[in-house]
Amino acid sequence: MTDGSLGGRIEGIYRDEYGRVVASLARRFGDLDIAEDAAGEALLAALERWPDDGVPPNPGGWLTTTATRRAIDRIRRENLRDAKHQAAVMIDDPTPHEPTGIVEDDRLRLIFVCCHPALAPEARVALALRLLGGLTVAEIARAFLVPETTMARRITRAKAKIKAARIPFRVPDADDVTDRRATVLAVLYLIFNEGYLSSSGDPIRTELTGEAIRLGRLVHDLLPDDGEAAGLLALMLLIEARKRSRVAGGNPAEIAHLTRRREQLHNSR
Amino acid sequence: MAQYLLSVHGTSADHVDVDHNDPAIQKMYADVGTFNDQLQTDGHWVFAGGLTDIADATVVDGTGNDAVVTDGPYAESKEFLGGFWVIEAPDLDTALKLAAAGSRACQGPVEVRPFQADPAAE
Repeated sequence: MTDGSLGGRIEGIYRDEYGRVVASLARRFGDLDIAEDAAGEALLAALERWPDDGVPPNPGGWLTTTATRRAIDRIRRENLRDAKHQAAVMIDDPTPHEPTGIVEDDRLRLIFVCCHPALAPEARVALALRLLGGLTVAEIARAFLVPETTMARRITRAKAKIKAARIPFRVPDADDVTDRRATVLAVLYLIFNEGYLSSSGDPIRTELTGEAIRLGRLVHDLLPDDGEAAGLLALMLLIEARKRSRVAGGNPAEIAHLTRRREQLHNSR
Repeated sequence: MAQYLLSVHGTSADHVDVDHNDPAIQKMYADVGTFNDQLQTDGHWVFAGGLTDIADATVVDGTGNDAVVTDGPYAESKEFLGGFWVIEAPDLDTALKLAAAGSRACQGPVEVRPFQADPAAE
């Protein structure tokens, strides 16, 4: 996956930052296609610019800013109604972080949108893995043991419904959080799972396990009295703590080679 | 603002055997009336109506040279459209909340479908 070259490094950064960029743009523009396309264009721009200019100090911020500009360009180009007015508001937005209610994290909010009860259950998790985990459709299809075309159709249909039925990128309220809790936890668990034993490339993808734990902490903060949220977080932290003992020479270690000595609790924040 | 169709499906028995003097039916009529008033007060109302029995349906096929008129519904099924609302709402969550209130009033499940957006208005 991550060869030593700059191109490989840029793609690694892009992968890590993908969910953040898409979630931030989805909140701002309320349109998943615009958010995803702009994120892709930002990657192209990074591949063009960074080899000459060097990797910026805050690559995630650079990607988000570039993607936002590309999205505004696109909205202008497509000459949507009041586009200029909208774009002006977006460029000169004095409050980029609007009141965000009880779910303040863009990515967690996007998960709650993906878990909307109006979406088919099998589409919710897939959509979240695509948008938040930055997994390719092929990877998601493998994880679900379905053909890639089936998965592509499922994701496309879910996104089309979000658009046509106007499922809002709204701040979830307390009721939503309680109603969608089980699905959100399932999504976090699957994101963690994909990182725990990835279906492609490196056997362990720490950016996914790390993100699942980060979001798990946020859900636990939202619902401190919820046993399932606390339990999932505890489970993920425990498994994550054993991470180093699970790999030997880049491959999953054999059981005979697992030793307690190599297990470390490096999540005790 | 988008428009949504909230439709109520039922069986023929719901229509034919209905006793208008049944207190439960009377209450349902009153609840639907209250819900309709609320839709108008809150600016969600576009149109609503109840349909007569499915046996009253007639299908007209004007795709050929001469229009062909046939007695009966387009699709034979046990359940059919009994009535509907067309509402205005800013997003699906609002439409779903209204549908829940409508469903409680009319005592039946309600299907929510967005209307196609007017391309000129996008």
